[in-house]
Formats: sequence, structure tokens, C-alpha cells
Amino acid sequence: MENLVYIALFAPLVSSLFAALFGMSPKKQFVGVVASVLLGISLVASLMLASYVYTTGNTIHVTMMDWISAGDLHIPFGFVVDQVSVTMMSVVTLVSTVVHIYSNGYMDHDKSFNRFFSYLSAFVFSMMVLVMSDNFAGLFIGWEGVGVCSWLLIGFWYHKEDVSREENPSISPSWAANEAFIMNRIADLGMLVGLFILYWNVGSLQYDEVFAALPHLSGSILNAAAIFLFIGAMGKSAQFPLHTWLTDAMEGPTPVSALIHAATMVTAGVFLVIRANPLFSMTPDVSYFIAALGTFVAFFAASMALVNRDLKRIIAFSTLSQLGYMFAAAGLGAYWIALFHLAAHAFFKALLFLGAGNVMHAMHDELDIFKMGGLKKTMKWTYIYMGLASLALAGIPFFAGYFSKDAIIETAWNEGTLVLWLILVVTAGMTAFYSFRQVFLTFEGDERYKQYGIHPHEMYKYVLIAMSPLAILAVIAGFFKEPFEHFVTALLPEYHMSEHTHHIAWLLGIVVLVFAVGGIALAFKKYYKGLKRDEALESSWYYKLLANQYYIPDFYEEFISKPYAMISEKMWNSVDMRIVDATVDGIAKFLYETGDGSRKMQTGNLSNYLNWMAVGAVLLLVVAAVSAAVIG
Amino acid sequence: MIGLSHYLIVSAILFSIGLMGVLRRRNLLMLFFATEVMLNAVNIAFAAISHFYHDLTGQMFAFFIIAIAASEVAVGLGILIVLFKKHGSLDLDDLASMRG
Repeated sequence: MENLVYIALFAPLVSSLFAALFGMSPKKQFVGVVASVLLGISLVASLMLASYVYTTGNTIHVTMMDWISAGDLHIPFGFVVDQVSVTMMSVVTLVSTVVHIYSNGYMDHDKSFNRFFSYLSAFVFSMMVLVMSDNFAGLFIGWEGVGVCSWLLIGFWYHKEDVSREENPSISPSWAANEAFIMNRIADLGMLVGLFILYWNVGSLQYDEVFAALPHLSGSILNAAAIFLFIGAMGKSAQFPLHTWLTDAMEGPTPVSALIHAATMVTAGVFLVIRANPLFSMTPDVSYFIAALGTFVAFFAASMALVNRDLKRIIAFSTLSQLGYMFAAAGLGAYWIALFHLAAHAFFKALLFLGAGNVMHAMHDELDIFKMGGLKKTMKWTYIYMGLASLALAGIPFFAGYFSKDAIIETAWNEGTLVLWLILVVTAGMTAFYSFRQVFLTFEGDERYKQYGIHPHEMYKYVLIAMSPLAILAVIAGFFKEPFEHFVTALLPEYHMSEHTHHIAWLLGIVVLVFAVGGIALAFKKYYKGLKRDEALESSWYYKLLANQYYIPDFYEEFISKPYAMISEKMWNSVDMRIVDATVDGIAKFLYETGDGSRKMQTGNLSNYLNWMAVGAVLLLVVAAVSAAVIG
Repeated sequence: MIGLSHYLIVSAILFSIGLMGVLRRRNLLMLFFATEVMLNAVNIAFAAISHFYHDLTGQMFAFFIIAIAASEVAVGLGILIVLFKKHGSLDLDDLASMRG
């Protein structure tokens, strides 16, 4: 079993290093194939581990080697395979494998084909370290690793110029990559502080030791640790106010958006909260804040998705919104429901993104859904996939999202937080509306792309086949809710609905369903026949507010980026050039000029030298005499 | 009564004379003489202090200095003769060939 752990963990690393060997050379098809096969091996190992943990109930804990051992600080390179991490491993490797195979087709014409696979596999390795580590330090290393890989992959087309967008004055892949990295850096500082607080008070970073020591800590320390850890989670999972990077990250290649910015990396924040559930269950105030913030983000992101015209950005907003749902569940104490929604969401959201990638591929990188329409004729399978994924996302019965999202909404009712419940229900309706607005505008109605001279074509067959596991899971994942609950609650706290909630669960379900179906019906009515633009609506202030993302990117630009640039400029001109640089230059100039001046002593005349020697001797005598007198 | 300080004053005067010679003279031969004067000034001081403390070490040192000065003169004069044969002068202002 131990070997399986290592295979699951290191196969992506091997894949990354192998692809890196060819990083500089032109496209080699076998690189993509080898990478996909290695990822498949990792998937098989993860699934075998999952079935082992499921059938026996045992967990596997391996310590590979000592990593840091200095004084009292002792951090081993240890990995744990338990119910939570094995779930994450299976989800991560499954989506990664599909995305790797998909990338073979999607990156077909890219000249940096090999480099792409190297980065993508490196990301999977970092993600595996993140989820498998048995201590916070290892988690943090994985956390930073996925951050770096995300930066590399968002900025993969670094040569692209800045272009103007509706909601952003100027954006390019490299700009978006830097934005993502810097935003995460702000949050990671919070996370580091949280880790320091825990280490300072517990003396260890091992999960089991930390959690065992929590009851002995005072309430304020627990609160501080929980708050700072959650700040880290907010950055990685793009929660308000650190959310703007996620939509801009859509500048990266679409497989990256599917894998990193929908299915895996952005859920790392949720994973952290689930992992540290003993801490968060002891800090009810912080947990309630998490739930409230998650609910707010769910609504806030969904509202922006209502009017957006960019295919990928709509899905990115919906990711943001679903992350909000997960945080709401985790904050309300239903950790296993959060994890379940995380897994289900990974499947249908990755599928949705890959479908969007197909559309983008067909439309020659055009992303504006107002310029699409009627693609169902040429892209039948993509339509089916995206339709299924949207049904799952909207929470239509018997699709994956229905089981997981309904459970979250039910939890909000059960906890008596009716405001949260109401917002989550309304958001469910909005989710259904924007999902199907996008699907209908893309695939149904008049063929608007024709006037732009685009000839769409369906994706390669093997790519479509590779996507099928996600499609199947997006449909059936919900039916595994009972065994899943039984499986993970071996580790996570159980969560039961009260008797009262249980009785009216059917009613709650119907309320949600009404909203969801209503959203779809509205989208059907407005967009199924084709696009009829409503000038009055589009020029209204609330439409503009939403289309400009509440002017938050502008606000950040105006009140953070620009002042910061101004201060930097000032500091550079006055402090750096006039003080720091001037001091350094002054020292060099002084040495140079004294050297130049004393060069005149070198006359070649022995008599002059003797005179200088005498002067030196006298000076030394004076120094000796003075110091003797002073020290005395 | 002539005491230690008188000897030391004589020594200091002699040393200063020698030092002035080293500093002011331009002729190499004269520099040699001046150096000898300085060495002997030191010898006087050694001998006087040695007597004052009833310790023979200082006088032994003076002998060593005399012996080393003698050998130094022998070597130095040899070099001087070679220099004179080469340049036809012993004036330091004429010998300044290593001007930086």
C-alpha cells in the first residue's frame, strides 16, 4: 500500500520532469501521451487507495524522510491517506487525467506543447502534496507550489499583448498571472501568520498533534489562528475581497481553467477549512463569518454572471459562486457536505470548462457569446456535455449538483440561518438562469457567428471520449451521497438534519427546484429563439454595475494599484535614487578619488618615499602616544 | 653628574640629525651615512639604558646592531658602486625611474 501512495504522488512529478526535458523543443506528440499515461497511473493508484480505505476503513500514514529537524522544530515529510485526502486525491487525479488527454487535442497547434505538459503535471504534483501532507508545513509547500504553477499556466501565452476589455482597461495573460500571484501572496501572508500562531502555541505542525492540543488553548488564540488560516483560504479560493483574480485568470489556456481554476486549486481553501475542522468547530464566530461570507460570495458572483458576455468568465463567476456554497456549508459545520459539493462540482465544472474550450477552439478563440448561437448543428456532443453540466450546476433533480447543493441549502435552513437560506435559494435560481443563458446563446438560436466569417468544427473524437467520464459523473455522482457520507464521516464530524428539517425537506427541495426551473424557463424564454438585445436594460445603471463587476476592479486599480505605483515612483526618485543609491555611489566615489589623489605620491623618487615613511612613522607614534594616554 | 637622561638626550639629538639627513639629502651615499648615524644613536640609547638597569641584554643588542650595520654597509656600498657605474650619478633625483 505504501508503494501505491508513492506512485500516486510521484507519477505526476515524473511526468513533469519528463516533459521538461523537451521543454525547449518543438511539439512532440509522445510527450503528451506519456504525461497522460503517467497521470492515468496516478489515477489508478489513487482509486486503489480509495477502495482500500473504503473497504477496510484503515488509513495509511507514511513518513518518507525527515525534512526539517532543527532544535525543537521537527517537520517530517509525511503523507497521510485517509478518507478526506483520498477523496481529494481521486478527484484531483481523475480531473487531471481527463484534462491531460484533453490538452493533447486542445494544445494541438501550440508551439509550446511540451512546456505546457510540464507545467500541468507539476501542478498536479503540487496539488497532491497539498492534499496528502500530514502536516501544515507540507500543506503550505503544496499551497505555494500550486500557486507557482497557476502563475506559470495563466501566463502561459505570455507573449500576448495587453487588450482592452469591457470590465478591465487593459489585460493580458502575463498581467492576469501577476494579479493572481500577488493576490494570493496577500492571503498567504495571513495563512503563514496562522501557522505561526499554531506552532507558537502547540509546538508542532502535525495535524493530529495540533488538533489534539486545541482544547488546551485559549479562545482568543483559537480565533486568531482560525481567522488567519481562513484569510489564506480566502485568497486561494478567491473569496471576496480577493476574488478579482479568478475571472482574470481565464486568460490562461482553457484546460488550465478547467483543472486549476474550477476543479482543484481553487477548492484548496475549502479543503483547508475541512481539514482543519477541529479548529473551526471550536470557533463558532469565525465559522459563522465563513458561512456568511460564502453566502454573500455565492450571490455576489452569480449576479455578475447574469450579464457577462464572456463564455469563460461566466463559468468562472459560477465557480466563484459555487465556492461560496462550499464555504457556506463548511462554515455551518456540515463539512462532509462541503466536501461532497467540492467533488461533485469538480466533475461538472471541469466538464463545463472543457466544453467551453471546445467552443473556443471551434470559434477561433472568440469568447463573446453574443457572437455565437446555433452551434448545436456542428457541435452536438459539446452541446450535450455542456447541457448536462449545466443541468448539474443548476441543481435539476438526479444530477450531481441537485444532491450536493440541495444539502447545503437544507443545512442553512436547519441551522436556522434563514437569511442565508433565502440568499442561497435565490442564488440557485440565478445559477440556473445564467447557466442556461450561456448554453442557449451558444448553441441555440440564430447563427450569429456567420457574419464574422467563422467556420466552427467539432473537437477531435478522442477528446470527446476522454470527456465522457466527467459527463457520466456529473450525472450520477449524486447517487453516491449515502455511501460518501458514511465514508467520510469516519473522519469528519457527522451532520444530521433535525427532525423538523427532515420533515419539510421535500418542501425545501421544491422551493429550490421552483427557483431553478424558473431560472431555466426565463433563460429559455429570453434566449432560446436567438439574441434580442434590450437597449433599455443594457443602458440601465444596475446592468452596467453588474457588467463592470460592481466597479471593484476599477476601484482596486484606482485606489490601490495607482496610488501604490505613485508611491513607488516617489520612493524610487527620492529615497532610492537620492539616499540609498547616493550613499553607495558616494562610498565608491570617495575611494576612487582618494586613490586618484594619493597616486601623486608615487613619484619614483626614493627621497620622497623616505619622507612619506617618516610622516607615517610620526603619525603612528602620535596614535600610539594618544591611545596610551587615553587608555592609560 | 651625567645621568641617563643626558645620554638619552644625546641619543635623541643624534637620531634627529640622522633623520633629517635621511629626509633632506639627495645623495645616496649621504643617506647611508645618515642611516649609520641613526643606528648609532639607537646604540647609545641601548647602552645607556642597559647600564641603568644593570642588565647586559641592551649592550648585547648594541653589538648585534654594530655587526649587522657593518654587513649592511658592505652590501650597500657594493650596490652603490654598481649603481654609480650604471648611471654615473648617485643623486636620487636622477635615479627616479619608477614614477607612477
